[in-house]
Amino acid sequence: MNLTLKIWRQKNADDKGQMVEYPISDISPDMSFLEMLDVLNEGLVAKDEAPVAFDHDCREGICGMCSLHINGEPHGPDRGVTTCQLHMRSFKDGDTIYIEPFRAKAFPIIKDLVVDRSAFDRIQHAGGYVSVNTSGNTQDANSLPVPKADADMAFDAATCIGCGACVAACKNSSAMLFTSAKVSQYALLPQGKIEASNRVQNMVAQMDAEGFGNCSNTGACEAECPKGISLENIARMNRELIKAKSAVKH
Amino acid sequence: MSKSGLFKSSVGRKFAMALSALFLMIFLLQHLVINITAVFSPDTFNELSHFMGTNPAVQFLAQPILIFAVVFHFVMGMYLETQNRAARPVSYKNYKGGANSSWMSRNMAISGLVILAFLVLHFIDFWFPEINTKYIVGDMSGMHNGEYRYYEELLHKFANPARVIAYVVAFGLLALHLLHGFGSAFQSMGQNNKYIDGLKKFGVFYSIAVPLGFILIAISLYVTTLN
Repeated sequence: MNLTLKIWRQKNADDKGQMVEYPISDISPDMSFLEMLDVLNEGLVAKDEAPVAFDHDCREGICGMCSLHINGEPHGPDRGVTTCQLHMRSFKDGDTIYIEPFRAKAFPIIKDLVVDRSAFDRIQHAGGYVSVNTSGNTQDANSLPVPKADADMAFDAATCIGCGACVAACKNSSAMLFTSAKVSQYALLPQGKIEASNRVQNMVAQMDAEGFGNCSNTGACEAECPKGISLENIARMNRELIKAKSAVKH
Repeated sequence: MSKSGLFKSSVGRKFAMALSALFLMIFLLQHLVINITAVFSPDTFNELSHFMGTNPAVQFLAQPILIFAVVFHFVMGMYLETQNRAARPVSYKNYKGGANSSWMSRNMAISGLVILAFLVLHFIDFWFPEINTKYIVGDMSGMHNGEYRYYEELLHKFANPARVIAYVVAFGLLALHLLHGFGSAFQSMGQNNKYIDGLKKFGVFYSIAVPLGFILIAISLYVTTLN
């Protein structure tokens, strides 16, 4: 396959940045998208040019490191996949492919296609956990019965890999799908219910403080999520927050 | 720990948008029901108009709440839109919004502003003259030459085809606004449950039927003036 790549190049956070065109040839349709970028970078290094910086780690769709906004959509045109699971057979010979970083004020660009997604870490730190004190008499988890339906929904929410595609896809750069998945995975389980009120309030406050936009319920996040996280989680977070804020304070 | 008020959070503000939207949707239905009588029974329309225009509870309780709801929905909507735009200072060179979301869901601010422009026209057409006649001139009788004036005034306005076209366009945009807004309001209130599929179906029916009703009334009144 012969392709034309239009890639966002930006030296550092302060650089203005611009789209740069790279022709690339002899690409196998069986390559993953990241392998195609590896080939491009090998060529750039051979020419003594700076390689294109992009995030990647496990390359099997579970770590959430790879990002990229490809031809107008996060993780490219396929559904339910991360960029490392996207293959070149999803494109046609002669295609022009736009490759941009995830765009959001809360995801500042570090270099080229690499963005700083630590805003998600700070939202998680604000309450995305269950406090387990080292008292020495911690209860066996299996002694708390959990209804199968709740366990399944909590598990589905917990499959969020925090890649940020929801933010990248949302016209408002809203982080509601990510935050709601993290709120839901605990709110649905008895272990998480104890801290549910403080958790949702603190996580939403942190999400707002990071400068993410508001949710317009367009559903773009759900459509682009590589893990199929449902909008039901956002409704659950809304319920949890309204309940927590309306509760009588003791 | 954050213990600030509900409406200081993004989620709370969307909840407030949804509450004002629900109130406005109930108002729209009420407005439609009264207007339908203009097509089938001008006498009933006159009597209902006189009641709504002179009843103190409607005029001094319901009407201020309605105006507050409209202003609130607009101001909060614009505030949220400003925040949303600020959340992505550098836009994509290539952005395929249509691949993952509907046009109306992404353009609520545009459809909303068209509806607001329509409301300005609607106020100039009906609300300001009513307020002038009733509270400045001081004529609360609702009469003109010994008959109720409401239906005649309505017909007079809809004799102008340009106005009919403006109303039809505005209601088209209202339908698009409602097609996303109805379901979105329930999602913002956290009501994504076993009833949501039924509610969304009802929402689609409501979003098409109500604006279509207003459009048919406007056209029907115009046709009446031709005879």
